[in-house]
Amino acid sequence: MMTQDNASAKASSSGNGSGSLPGGTENVAPTTRKDWASDQEARWCPGCGDYSILTAMQLLLPEIGARRESTVFVSGIGCAARFPYYMSTYGVHSIHGRAPAFATGLAIARPDLDVWVIVGDGDALAIGGNHLVHALRRNVNITILMFNNQIYGLTKGQYSPTSVQGKVTKSTPFGSLEVPFNPISLALGAEATFVARTHDMDRKHMMEMFRRARQHRGASFVEVYQNCNVFNDGAFELVTGRAVRSSNLIPLVHGEPIRFGEAGEKGVATCKEGGLCIVDVDASTEDQVLVHDERREDPSIAFQLSRLARGPFEPTPIGVFRAVDHQDYGAGVDFQIAEAKSHADADDLAALLRSASTWSVR
Amino acid sequence: MTASSLGAHTTKELDRVVIRFAGDSGDGMQLAGDQFAAVSAAFGNDLATFPDYPAEIRAPAGTLAGVSAFQVHISDHDILTPGDKPDVLVAMNPAALHANVGDLAPGATLIVNADSFDERALAKAGYESDPLADGSLKHLVVYEVPMTSMTLAACKKTGAKPRDAERSKNFFALGLISWMFTRPTEGTIAWIAKRFARMAQVAEANTLAFKAGWNFGETAELFASNYEVAKAHLQPGTYTNVTGNTALAWGIIAAGQLSGLPVFLGSYPITPASDILHELSKRKSFGVRTLQAEDEIAGVGSALGASFGGALGVTTTSGPGLDLKSETIGLAVSLELPLVIVDVQRGGPSTGLPTKTEQADLLHAMYGRHGESPLPVIASKTPSGCFDAAIEAARLAVKYRTPVVLLSDASLANGTEPWRLPEIESLSRIDPNFATEANHVDEDGKKEFWPYLRDPVTLARPWAVPGTPGLEHRIGGLEKLAGAGTVSYDPANHEEMVRARAAKIAAIAADIPLAEVDDPHPAGSSRVLVLGWGSTYGAIAAGVRRVRARGKCVAHLHLVHLNPFPPNLGDVLARYPVVLAPEMNLGQLSRLIRADYLVDVRSVSKVMGVPFKAAEIEAAILDALEDPDVGSPGGDGPPESAETAETSEATGSLGGAVAVEAGA
Repeated sequence: MMTQDNASAKASSSGNGSGSLPGGTENVAPTTRKDWASDQEARWCPGCGDYSILTAMQLLLPEIGARRESTVFVSGIGCAARFPYYMSTYGVHSIHGRAPAFATGLAIARPDLDVWVIVGDGDALAIGGNHLVHALRRNVNITILMFNNQIYGLTKGQYSPTSVQGKVTKSTPFGSLEVPFNPISLALGAEATFVARTHDMDRKHMMEMFRRARQHRGASFVEVYQNCNVFNDGAFELVTGRAVRSSNLIPLVHGEPIRFGEAGEKGVATCKEGGLCIVDVDASTEDQVLVHDERREDPSIAFQLSRLARGPFEPTPIGVFRAVDHQDYGAGVDFQIAEAKSHADADDLAALLRSASTWSVR
Repeated sequence: MTASSLGAHTTKELDRVVIRFAGDSGDGMQLAGDQFAAVSAAFGNDLATFPDYPAEIRAPAGTLAGVSAFQVHISDHDILTPGDKPDVLVAMNPAALHANVGDLAPGATLIVNADSFDERALAKAGYESDPLADGSLKHLVVYEVPMTSMTLAACKKTGAKPRDAERSKNFFALGLISWMFTRPTEGTIAWIAKRFARMAQVAEANTLAFKAGWNFGETAELFASNYEVAKAHLQPGTYTNVTGNTALAWGIIAAGQLSGLPVFLGSYPITPASDILHELSKRKSFGVRTLQAEDEIAGVGSALGASFGGALGVTTTSGPGLDLKSETIGLAVSLELPLVIVDVQRGGPSTGLPTKTEQADLLHAMYGRHGESPLPVIASKTPSGCFDAAIEAARLAVKYRTPVVLLSDASLANGTEPWRLPEIESLSRIDPNFATEANHVDEDGKKEFWPYLRDPVTLARPWAVPGTPGLEHRIGGLEKLAGAGTVSYDPANHEEMVRARAAKIAAIAADIPLAEVDDPHPAGSSRVLVLGWGSTYGAIAAGVRRVRARGKCVAHLHLVHLNPFPPNLGDVLARYPVVLAPEMNLGQLSRLIRADYLVDVRSVSKVMGVPFKAAEIEAAILDALEDPDVGSPGGDGPPESAETAETSEATGSLGGAVAVEAGA
């Protein structure tokens, strides 16, 4: 178990964009959770869902044999964006909305790194929406974890692009008029090659989703339902609460029929009108239950799965919606560079300066 | 076909000539002008060019809005500007004539495509009567040449449809002008073959039209003579003709090689900076990574991310893009990472004049961020100077771990000049000086890495890149504790950090060249210093030459480093009672100089989207010299040779004083 993912797809050992960079490749001793925690005291509100996400990460990385020096956490602004300060890796706390842009440059310049992007729902979907969709579309080799708490926490409680319609907040005292984004639908619409959802109440599931996302070469998008116990407490309680979880969370497992409920008595099937619907599973309907295929190139069924719940108050799929292998952007860049460099005198600056017509004066 | 094969015509010698090709934006005037310049450069003239084109790709044909022009100034001596006024104007249609005729001095030569002067075209161009017939051009030497019909006749044998063949008329014009100025033809014919290699019929039509234009000049009894502009005596070396944008892109590649850092360009297309993105995108063989980002913000954001990863992060833009990048540049100030921001200035505010030149982003570069966020600002003064300026920007960025704004502008970006190529070996290396080990010991004797422990000399912080074991650290836009780099809200620490960032940038003054004044006169005899920056160099230097040619004394200082200023600038300014600062803005450098040195700078402003003319600078200097406040010693230095002064206004015509009969 210890080093199974060391040669992960996210952090390739094959290429180092910066030929002159220092940095060793010596064997590293196994690490523990403690090695991944920085000396900074986490300052989220007591009871914040971010703590359990941080713990999941600090447990996962030593478990899969990741290396601190080749791991970078990049964040924007917001509560979630403090995450890098608490990891003893390389980290950048950038500016609001721009983390995917910053990480895009970093990942293209350094294909050898394991670049994580930590963003909130306001950060990723409001001020940084443009960068998010383009990072996904380009399939930049980064892992984006979007902590979705459906609220602005750091600015003390305004509605966000994922807040439910009618939400009463400081900036919507009469209720929000806006239709929220469905982050999974958005990511699929943006051509994302890896799309998953998890939640802060299930450490094991988070770790598995983070591991899978990291393993994926290209852009990975993981929505994490995260409770803000101060400004939006219980936003996901109807689906993630221990008592309701089995009946309201629909686990997506590749190659398995999509079933849920205490005894798997419910299932997701194609309904007559063409969309997906929830059916009671019995002998007559068992064959109709959809078998989950996360590798399906056509994202339309994944998209339909993302639309199954109107919000986190009715049965909601979690797990990997889509995981398809496409060339990542940086690999394409490196391929073009390698091809261009293969010609003689490819990097002869003196020849470049003489590439237009020249003349001599004696 | 060479000059020596000419029969009936005499050939006169000129020391220099300014030619403007003008037509509809679809007429290929930029191509014709550019090729004329290339042939002249290869022939050995000194030259400068000024392309002037509309923002619209194809404005309505035949209208004033759609006129595109290319001015080229060729000479047998060192010149500095594309010329104030054309000696020869080629006007392909009435609109081109209407838009440009006002720039012609009496006696100038006008060659028009007579076929295009029909009633409809005249009306479109805003003419109520035909200028060829109403006597309004009688101050000019006018040649009416039926270029369209002669092009059609010449191209008939290619079988091209008339509509296609007509498009070769720019080559007819190029051929005629090439004859008129005895340019070698082989270069252009070979260039046509290469450029249109994939379109045999077009190549043939263009070649035939070009030859027809040449032959028309030679055989028509229209022109009494043609002209020669001899080779210039340039410094020995290998030359190429380069635009500012190309030179800048090559400078970035050079900086990558000199530093050993892979170049990463994050950029969003914007006029007039896009050609830098295009050029660098072609240069993958140098390991250059380019990203056409989703917006200006991602352009600079990705570049900064690449810098964090140990690359040379570069972003290129124009004014509107600089606005959008401001927040990320502030982050770079806080992160103290190398970053080169290229602003190819254009007319503003807002979308302004996308294809026209201006220098109005200086204060934006200096102060366009919230908080105290100083950064170095440098500006190229010539197209080829963009190469050196890019290397210098990268040097400062890497050495001092700071974003640097490099200012170019539309006239440098698209203007060309012969460039004596540097020896690559002569360029100084840039040491990235990456951190490789811990730099601090904590209370328990444990080694650790402090990302904000400054170098005592440069005041720069260490640059530790991901992948380096043991130097893992977290940085961000929040204020950092001096040294340790952890988040700090401590009041005294904030002031210390604000002052440390300012001191670091200010100290760069000791690491840049001293200001060198061009003042050949005995000490104290020049009472006026002309202080410039950026692309006004050519016009100011030419204006200064003209003043000196009148036997008067004047000094010229042209700044490349605008923040910090050269350390001796205050001393230099103190030597001159009057400081004139011509700028294509409302006095931005003037304000900086006033603020820093308490010098009562006289601002000379022009914000018309076109460069200063040498004559305008000359007039401003003469005006200042006549001012009684300037004091007496003002005049009477040894006059500079008229040979080197760009005495454009003195001639204005091909038959003027500088033309020497040479015979044929």
